[in-house]
Amino acid sequence: MNDAAGAALQTAVEPYNEAVVRKFTIAAVFWAVVAFAVGVYIASELAWPALNFGLPWLNFGRLRPVHTSAAIFAFGGSALLGTSMYVVQRTCKARLFGGDALADFIFWGYQFFIVMAALSYVMGFSKSREYAEPEWHIDLWLALVWVLYAVVFVGTLLKRREPHIYVANWFYLAFILTIAVLHIGNNLGVPVSAYGAKSYSLFSGAQDALIQWWYGHNAVGFFLTAGFLGMMYYFIPKAANRPIYSYRLSVVHFWSLIFLYIWAGPHHLHWTALPDWAQTLGMVFSIMLWMPSWGGMINGLMTLSGAWDKLRTDPGLRFSVTAVGFYGMSTFEGPVMSIRTVNALSHYTDWTIGHVHSGALGWVAFISFGAIYYLVPVLWRRNGLYSVRLCAWHYWISTLGIVLYIVSMWVAGIMEGLMWRAYDANGFLQYSFVESVVAVHPFFVIRMLGGLLFLTGALLMAYNLIMTVRSPRTAPAPERLSAGMVAVAAGG
Amino acid sequence: MPTKLEKDAVTGKETTGHEWDGVRELNNPLPKWWLYVFAATVVWALGFMVFYPSVPYGPGYFHGLLGYSTRHDAMAGWRRMEATHAAAMQQIATLPFDDIRKDPQLMAVALTAGRATFANNCQPCHGPNGEGRRGYPALGDDVWLWGGKLTDILQTVTHGIRSTDPDTRNSQMPDFAGTGTLKPVEIQQVANYVMTLYGAPVAGADPASGRAIFMQNCAVCHGEEGQGNHEVGAPPLASHTHLYGADRAAVVAQITHAHNGMMPNWGARLDPATLKSVALYVHSLGGGE
Repeated sequence: MNDAAGAALQTAVEPYNEAVVRKFTIAAVFWAVVAFAVGVYIASELAWPALNFGLPWLNFGRLRPVHTSAAIFAFGGSALLGTSMYVVQRTCKARLFGGDALADFIFWGYQFFIVMAALSYVMGFSKSREYAEPEWHIDLWLALVWVLYAVVFVGTLLKRREPHIYVANWFYLAFILTIAVLHIGNNLGVPVSAYGAKSYSLFSGAQDALIQWWYGHNAVGFFLTAGFLGMMYYFIPKAANRPIYSYRLSVVHFWSLIFLYIWAGPHHLHWTALPDWAQTLGMVFSIMLWMPSWGGMINGLMTLSGAWDKLRTDPGLRFSVTAVGFYGMSTFEGPVMSIRTVNALSHYTDWTIGHVHSGALGWVAFISFGAIYYLVPVLWRRNGLYSVRLCAWHYWISTLGIVLYIVSMWVAGIMEGLMWRAYDANGFLQYSFVESVVAVHPFFVIRMLGGLLFLTGALLMAYNLIMTVRSPRTAPAPERLSAGMVAVAAGG
Repeated sequence: MPTKLEKDAVTGKETTGHEWDGVRELNNPLPKWWLYVFAATVVWALGFMVFYPSVPYGPGYFHGLLGYSTRHDAMAGWRRMEATHAAAMQQIATLPFDDIRKDPQLMAVALTAGRATFANNCQPCHGPNGEGRRGYPALGDDVWLWGGKLTDILQTVTHGIRSTDPDTRNSQMPDFAGTGTLKPVEIQQVANYVMTLYGAPVAGADPASGRAIFMQNCAVCHGEEGQGNHEVGAPPLASHTHLYGADRAAVVAQITHAHNGMMPNWGARLDPATLKSVALYVHSLGGGE
């Protein structure tokens, strides 16, 4: 398959740089397994703390950022960078700007960032900023890689051979530009020494907290929402072979989402030293964000009209559509949790963890799985997936895992919130923190089982994709309807 | 590209005429319900901003028509809870223990105050029910290091053990190996003897040699019968309660390089009524003298 004839064939049928997309796809699957495995391990540590084994590099505090960074930046990031490079070329009818070497540099540079960050956490280095834990030298490296990525993406848009820019690219562009601003803004700091890893934030006190959550919330808004909406806007209409439901809705919800999201960060700091007026603004902007978020859900789901039957035969598309459903659920839950009185109950509890995971597992991971199941047969010129049944098994196992995860965290979180605020008849606290930890233990075990199911599903996916790539090549690529459809048609 | 309007065969709707890599868009209007709900959230947001603190300007910010403040809100709730027991706690602070125990209503407040305080301050070391664990004494039994009377317990809680408080309870079990007072073989011998005190003699060991060493080095604090001494917080070795474990390795380890645990002086953090409530609560766990 990798002989000269194959290579020549590949060049002949590849007007676009698909090699870098293939690399990012492999990386995304690899990091997905890593992220979920570490997640299962630290969920087990929470249920059975003895699993720390007294070793500092196995400590929850060090492994937790390994899990979050692996899930968000390694798995999610590789999926976003890969699909954005695929989509921008296809929808602009232009090969990536800047040449193949630059694209490869971005791939390897980004992977280097991930490995450096993970190693630094395990060795005990951390800036202690949530989702921005890497120290300054790693931040500088990522800034360089990211700016080059922006140059490649914008350059490709500029040299497009289409009159208009497709909506998926608006979302990818918003994601790329805003993450650049957020990453640089939040990580402004002063290194203690040019030769040491330690640095201090440029900001202090409540301002520092506000900068951090301006970053943290918009990492959710632009990395985990806008970026993956870009993915959704290409892969759902392609897999369903249906037009996008409403162009006008895509315009209005894009601009309202972009404008409103950036102000919502202060809702992470309700009932803190942050001034009340800032808390209020964070809350009302979050409420106004509800419909702009749902615009994406409507466009995703309504695009299926006339093609709902495909959900039965194409589990890849089923992943994408279920993802949109989870997206709608968590973008409703988010505004509810941003209401100050609700937040008084939910803040610092495991409800927040459940909310994050209904977004991360249900939306981010599922929309990525859908895109990856679509992409692999196309990128490797295969007739379809190795096994559509395995893909369906992955779907059901993962869905069950998510349900276990978020329901157990809802119960645990609301129970914690109620226990922490309960007073007895004499006006004394009814429960201690220790008692609330004892009470949530069974739900921590259920959460770990949910994560284990999700990991199992991802391993099935990895096996299925490896076998797909190892199956006989069918060139050139069929103008695809969907991976599942083709596989079914071929009797797979 | 010249706009080429097409009709979608499935829905009968027009497309916008654009096409990217096979993807087209329908020219559907915004869903009405979507637009109305969006508008409603914007109106609600503006209204909320009129009533609550919202817009910053110059040196300050607009406080809202309701004059709401999260700090006032939180403090009001706290004061409401304070008010339900303020009078009772006042009495607990001033009355002697005997008078408090005679008043069932006062006792009820003291025990719930004590339980809540214990739960949030003492549980991490002494356990949810005061059952203790290795290195942290159990509080529900009748074996006491520094005494189990209410006044003893209050003294321990208020000033702590080996704490920074000038009136702290203080004593050191010597580091017998580190100071060279006992040779390793003597430590083995005395350990064998100590284990006979609580009825766990080591098979084949002769406790006689250990007894002499015990009398010379240990009895001054732990008592000749190993009955312990509350004056210096010396544990009764002749009991079935063991702070650092009852197995031979644990006994040898404690004699070799002694642990000397510490307890914080809670008087620096809790008010007198709360301290007395905790003492009453601990006393009620089962072992109070």
